[in-house]
Amino acid sequence: MRYVLNTEDDRREMISLSGAGGVEDLFGDIPAGVRLRRPLNLPHPMAEPDLARHLREISSANFSLDEYACFLGAGAYDHYVPQIVDQLLLRSEFYTAYTPYQPEISQGTLQAIFEYQTMICELTGMEAANASLYDGASALAEAVLIACEETGRKKVVLSGAVHPEYRGTVRTYVKHRGIEVAECPETGGFTDPEALGVLVDDRTAAVLIQQPNFFGCLEQAPEIGEAARRHNALFVVCADPVSLGILEAPGEYGADIVVGEGQGLGNHLSFGGPYLGFLACRQRMVRRMPGRLVGQTVDKLGRRGFVLTIQAREQHIRREKATSNICTNEALCALAAAVYLSFLGREGLRRLAELCLQKAHYAHGLLVSQRGVSSSFKAPFFKEFAVRLEEDLAAVNRRLLKDKIIGGLDLGRFYPRYSGHMLLCCTELRTREEIDRLAAGIGGTVNDRNPDF
Amino acid sequence: MTETLIFELGASGRTSSPLPDCDVPARPLKEIIPAGLLRKKPPGLPEAGEAEVARHFTRLSSLNYGVDTGFYPLGSCTMKYNPKINEYAARLPGFARLHPYQAEDQVQGALRLMYETQRYLAEITGMDEFTLQPAAGAHGEFAGLLMIKAYHDHRGETGRRRVVVPDSSHGTNPATAALCGMEVQQVRSGRDGTVDLEALKDALGPGTAAVMLTNPNTLGLFEREITKIAEAVHRAGALLYCDGANMNAILGISRPGDMGFDVIHLNLHKTFSTPHGGGGPGSGPVGVKSGLAPFLPSPAVGFDPAGGRYYLDYDRPLSIGKVRSFYGNFGVVVRAYAYIRAVGGEGLRQVGEDAVINANYLLSLIRGTYRVPFDRRCMHEFVVSPPAGFKEAGLHTVDIAKRLMDYGYHPPTVYFPLIVEEALMVEPTETESRSTLDAFAGALLEIAREGFENPQLLREAPRRTPVSRLDEVVAARKPVLRWRPPAAEE
Repeated sequence: MRYVLNTEDDRREMISLSGAGGVEDLFGDIPAGVRLRRPLNLPHPMAEPDLARHLREISSANFSLDEYACFLGAGAYDHYVPQIVDQLLLRSEFYTAYTPYQPEISQGTLQAIFEYQTMICELTGMEAANASLYDGASALAEAVLIACEETGRKKVVLSGAVHPEYRGTVRTYVKHRGIEVAECPETGGFTDPEALGVLVDDRTAAVLIQQPNFFGCLEQAPEIGEAARRHNALFVVCADPVSLGILEAPGEYGADIVVGEGQGLGNHLSFGGPYLGFLACRQRMVRRMPGRLVGQTVDKLGRRGFVLTIQAREQHIRREKATSNICTNEALCALAAAVYLSFLGREGLRRLAELCLQKAHYAHGLLVSQRGVSSSFKAPFFKEFAVRLEEDLAAVNRRLLKDKIIGGLDLGRFYPRYSGHMLLCCTELRTREEIDRLAAGIGGTVNDRNPDF
Repeated sequence: MTETLIFELGASGRTSSPLPDCDVPARPLKEIIPAGLLRKKPPGLPEAGEAEVARHFTRLSSLNYGVDTGFYPLGSCTMKYNPKINEYAARLPGFARLHPYQAEDQVQGALRLMYETQRYLAEITGMDEFTLQPAAGAHGEFAGLLMIKAYHDHRGETGRRRVVVPDSSHGTNPATAALCGMEVQQVRSGRDGTVDLEALKDALGPGTAAVMLTNPNTLGLFEREITKIAEAVHRAGALLYCDGANMNAILGISRPGDMGFDVIHLNLHKTFSTPHGGGGPGSGPVGVKSGLAPFLPSPAVGFDPAGGRYYLDYDRPLSIGKVRSFYGNFGVVVRAYAYIRAVGGEGLRQVGEDAVINANYLLSLIRGTYRVPFDRRCMHEFVVSPPAGFKEAGLHTVDIAKRLMDYGYHPPTVYFPLIVEEALMVEPTETESRSTLDAFAGALLEIAREGFENPQLLREAPRRTPVSRLDEVVAARKPVLRWRPPAAEE
């Protein structure tokens, strides 16, 4: 086995020096009845060149976005991953290390996470950020748990315009904890303000929205925050970090906890994971936060250094009294975000956000000028928007695919009443030429003579 | 040696932004976005150039210690070598550049890889069905316990809310039970370090939902009475959960499914060689016996032999639902798949054997100097306490750990499990050579000698690291969790 270093001679001698008669002896504690008496029924080992070929074969059975122009968004975004990010991530001192329990030999990971925490605070307008959570969905669920602990209340009001998979995750997390999730309906692409006014009351621990929301629309976030505050409920915002290059920091309009999906910050799409959940909050709630936190301190010589801190919240110390069960998180994805944001910098993130915004608006304008295409919602939007198609949506997507374009998501998948509405996304990677082809394809002005249709 | 913070580097206005120019007609921002939603003050991100960023993070990496740097015997974490072909695999464009909402016929390769991995893991563990959705071990525990709760509830046994864990269990076990809204009951280990069967039987009752065990346990000892334990648990109407953190010891040798476990989570970042990443991403697949399969998270990856197609199955009325977005840490699953295909079934068995050979060999080299609280044959890891006389000299496990860094090693896990005083938990893994183990044992023995002859050397360790011991008390008491520009400081 090529990853084992012991030779047959080594093995024999080591077993004997351990005082065992043979390798079977070493497993003598395992009752005979539960010993596996046959080889595992798995394929035979593969030499590296064969394995590389095999992996390429499987991967080429997928439609890679290197070959297709992708207009899908909905929580996973085709932003460019700069070479510098992936190459620094391949520094094996980073990726082959574990959680930095021994700070003297882990300053690289610790300082990078401290920098990441600072960047998340800057983006969100919050005072503290943790070292990462699994993804945006679980981060939102953790925010619910913090809010209920902080307020001593057991009900949250969750906007129906939040990503459906995030809402599902929240419901799974609170299922057996006696927390009521009141879902506020959505109208016209927004969280319905009247319904919200009725649902939020003095029992409400938090009001949760997504900004921009699942439909890409921008919520009247400051007003929703006001509604929460009137009842001393916390205001939780699930934000797209890229949008924060031009959109107001949630901390500036009253958010108490800001969470979100950080995949777009230098992490590949990778068919849905690994992604990066971020969670930031006000200083007063720091001791209720889940997961790792890196703090600054000094060594014996007074030099600045970094450690995992406030660990009395965590499972390895507090066991069943911990604020969360999380142990392994998404540190390397957080490192990717730190490198990415350092590389883009203050001006770069603003330009990135504006590119997405302009391209999405160009695409929207072009699409709704096509025959049989209309705007689904009137709300302002950032990089995603929905359009209603008169033609069958699946047929449109099939036609686009022939032109090497992956069209948008059928909203009917999650919202039956929006069946036939297509959710589209433009990142900085979508070129004008691709957008023009998208519009031509959706409008049916190309490929009309293709006998396949 | 320390490194300047990225915020302290760079210069106002410096940028190496890689972005293209805008190729569509741009409209004024204020026409598009209501003024109240526009950002007034830019985020205080760094203003450094590409070369500066590359150097900064490269220098930071040099302050780190990974498996590629040297021996990393962190018990319970299985810090084995991470094969480089895995990194190649995960970065193939067909895997890395794939959107989770692409139509099924565009992602057949990805679904096939997931489906096959599920089948491999089922064979390795003796379980019937697997989900790859959980993002880490603790997340797998969460999904597993929720399934157990759903199973009992579905049978009308809604009163089963108690989870029994041994006092040697990982902290995630009781923390997960609490997260699921269940009660935790801890049972004491027997004198030999394994589960005390009688104490466990006493703890079982009509309110017991599950017993969570790690086997081999966190002391590196195999639960010899595992089949009797399983019998007692099932007789009480409860289910047996396997924390698969220590699966490396028994690959190809024994299967939790055959021992009577009903649910198991694996850690692909431990047993299946995917990198730990400085604290993730990992992956925590969960395997179940067929009776629990209807409760697996949604969606499941299925295969239709008639059409020869792989698909995502969302139509699962009894499912516990979503535990996260999309389908799991796919990029990590790709690496684990590459590993399983590289080593095959026979290779996995050798992994188990050599992990156990290495641990027993290393233990034999230091036994007699370091105290062994439960001195019997170990599996893939063992727990020792500092040499006799250390306590009297005012020396602790932490001093040994810090001194090991001066010898160029990553220390073992310390102060865990909690039932052993001053524990040092050592897991060498199968990817280390005899000469590495000899040298490491030599360092441990040398440190034992230093402890008596020059205890100051241990107390002041480490000296050869970028920073010396850090003040963790100050860090926790007055938390500084982010950088602020000097002007903003009080």
